[in-house]
Amino acid sequence: MSAFFSWLAGLPPLAQIPVVIVAFGIVMVLVVFFIEVAPRSGRGYSIMRLCVAIGVPLAVLLILGIEAGAFWVLIIAAILGGGLFWLDYRARGGSGYVIQLFAFLSPALLLLLIGLVYPAVQTFVNAFRSNDGTHFVGLDNFVWVFSGGSTGLIAFINTIVWVIIAPVFATGIGLLYAVFVDRSRGEKVLKVFIFMPVAISLVGASIIFKFFFDYTQDPQIGLLNQVVEWFGGTPVAWLQNYPLNMVMLIIILIWTQTGFAMVLLSSAIKGVPTEQVEAAELDGTNAWQRFWNVTVPGIRPTIIVVWITISIVSLKVYDIIAATTGGQNDSTVLGYEMVKQFEILPPQAGHSAALALLIFILVTPFIWYNARNLKRQREE
Amino acid sequence: MRVHVNGGRSFGPVRQAAVLAVAAASVIGLSACSSGGGSSGGNASGSVKGATVTIYGPDTGTEATELEASWSAWAKQQGITIQYTGDKNFTANIATKIQANSLPDIGMFPQPGLLSAAVQTGKVKELDSATATSVKNNFSTDWQGYVTSGGKLYATPMDASVKGYIWYSPADFKKWGVSVPTTYDQLLQLTSTIRQKTGQPPWCAGFNSGDASGWPGADQLAELVLADSGPSVYDAWVKGTTKFTDPAIGSAFDTLGKTLLNPQYVNAGFGDVKSINSTAFGDVATPLASGKCALTNQATFLEASFATVKTAAGNTPKVAPDGDIWAFPQPGPTAGKNAVVGGGDFAAAFDANAATQKVMQYLSSAEWANSLIAVPNASFISANKGLDATKEQDALLASAIKILQDPATVFRFGADDAMPNVVETAFWTGMVDWINGKSTSAVQAQIQAAWPAG
Repeated sequence: MSAFFSWLAGLPPLAQIPVVIVAFGIVMVLVVFFIEVAPRSGRGYSIMRLCVAIGVPLAVLLILGIEAGAFWVLIIAAILGGGLFWLDYRARGGSGYVIQLFAFLSPALLLLLIGLVYPAVQTFVNAFRSNDGTHFVGLDNFVWVFSGGSTGLIAFINTIVWVIIAPVFATGIGLLYAVFVDRSRGEKVLKVFIFMPVAISLVGASIIFKFFFDYTQDPQIGLLNQVVEWFGGTPVAWLQNYPLNMVMLIIILIWTQTGFAMVLLSSAIKGVPTEQVEAAELDGTNAWQRFWNVTVPGIRPTIIVVWITISIVSLKVYDIIAATTGGQNDSTVLGYEMVKQFEILPPQAGHSAALALLIFILVTPFIWYNARNLKRQREE
Repeated sequence: MRVHVNGGRSFGPVRQAAVLAVAAASVIGLSACSSGGGSSGGNASGSVKGATVTIYGPDTGTEATELEASWSAWAKQQGITIQYTGDKNFTANIATKIQANSLPDIGMFPQPGLLSAAVQTGKVKELDSATATSVKNNFSTDWQGYVTSGGKLYATPMDASVKGYIWYSPADFKKWGVSVPTTYDQLLQLTSTIRQKTGQPPWCAGFNSGDASGWPGADQLAELVLADSGPSVYDAWVKGTTKFTDPAIGSAFDTLGKTLLNPQYVNAGFGDVKSINSTAFGDVATPLASGKCALTNQATFLEASFATVKTAAGNTPKVAPDGDIWAFPQPGPTAGKNAVVGGGDFAAAFDANAATQKVMQYLSSAEWANSLIAVPNASFISANKGLDATKEQDALLASAIKILQDPATVFRFGADDAMPNVVETAFWTGMVDWINGKSTSAVQAQIQAAWPAG
């Protein structure tokens, strides 16, 4: 694997692109094969599954190049793979179904415990320990976050602003756009345009906007300041002054999330029964009243889902800050500050964990509300 | 360590897509695991032929090329492959690497404060006796102090830079009929003279440096503290016994503010005072070469930035006492100053195999220091005593080497770099806030609050 990457790095940049695409394609074909073809019933497919159960660990071993422990890994893989295969085979007749269920769930459960449950508990504990993790300090880390002048307080305030502003605009613009292009000519094309930013990673979008917002004296390389100059204004330092820089960074998030909101809301609008709309029309309502009194109540659950999803995304923002301002000029947010506190020596583990816990506390009501919303939908 | 919240987006039952995504992620994850290959240092018997030593450092671009050129001949002769990886965000990433135990053989630390924090983690190996002897022979006690912790040596100084040069255009000085000042008051006098003659701000400055934005300001403050209050106050300040809220530091802020916070005097070629924060530290070379900016304060390494800019006439500027660009050390309160603030990099080993030790020995030797300045168009110098100053091609760097090797020079490391890493980051942020208009006393209190208790 690393030999493959070394070879890839040696190629000219343009030659790397097709190689990466082809390699990705091969992996995808294999995955589709395992998911779609291998599970079919029949003796041939059973043998194939047996080969996969033993072959995949073997391939992973070769890819990682752990020849030293290969013998042991092979034996363990054969026992585990063979065992799972036998359980699967035995459960065909309906016997030992529960054992089979737990045997197949256990790897995922184990990884969840190691990768999610244990770190979450550890973070919770760390939030009440000193930065070097030696002793309990009670609420000191939270006192640090909320004491005036600390970066933690600025990050907290900014995060609240992000969570208030970004979902409102992303959902609002997405909804209006979905309504306007609904059943219009060229609807698909118009939708693709606004959906495109969703496909760009936040880091990519941030770098695009960083150039867009660029501020120098002359000549301008940032489009926005060039436009300002064309209209006879003086260039503005978009990312230097608080709170303007925060607004500009929130725009990046809105730009990437609007398309997502639009697609979901558009499909929800199409689900509103036409009879209701026509009945409202017969009652002599205008388009605005129909939108507010028929369409919006009809898609309320979807609006809530979209709203909450974007709120959670804004709570977790890290990449936008890291790729643009690096948290300078008071533009930092909880997610960025949490990582930053851990990137100094000695790491400020207590501060970092306290910030992580704050994010968790802020996310909880959204999750709870979302779950309630889903439950209500099912009851209807 | 992170509480992971999954914003689960479900587009309906798209099982295949989900499985595909998981599969793809796991494949990517696997590849990430496989790329962390350890190095194959030679065995203890001392055979290092064919071994690979990885060096991870903060220098990228031309500086990285110079470093690689400086050791390539020696490495070939030894049969050692030296793999250098440069990372602009070294300071943040080395902390993560140390915690994750995904370490290079040798780390190149740009700050003694960060180095001592790394030593505290116990991951840095003590120097072997041969390297330790070589460091003791080749470096002054000041420099040995930066790599000593608990009486043991943990790293070797590599390159050095001298900060606090005022860059100017000799031709313009002649045109305005002004001369190089010898005291700080004369420098302020010169500033207002140029302002009167040109009607433009004389100074330009750039504090922007990604995650480390603000460090040029911290350097300039340190220069003034050392010049005005002397080395003993400076050392106490670095240790934390003299607080940031001390009047000595406050007066240095005020002195610096006379130029940097005065909209009449900055920011030539860029904009208002606040534009200092949005200007990348190397970009001041552009207005300086084109004549828009008359004065800027920056270390010797600014010279490298002049290779890529153009003068008003469209040529590459010539750096010489009678050329387009030259620099003089920032004058102190009285003429004949001998206190300089500097910087440098330190190599520390994270493992103790024979090949790594051999490379460490080489990096601490006079042989490597001379090979470093012999690289064509080198921008590096070193504080190594065995450095042959006559070999230096570049007039400016030769004068900097003279300052470093002069026994009368009081050399101090940049205060921010010598302070604990936590304070350093707060110091940088503080300088950015100060330029943004925060009051001096608020900035002083804010930086002081970052000092770890006890």
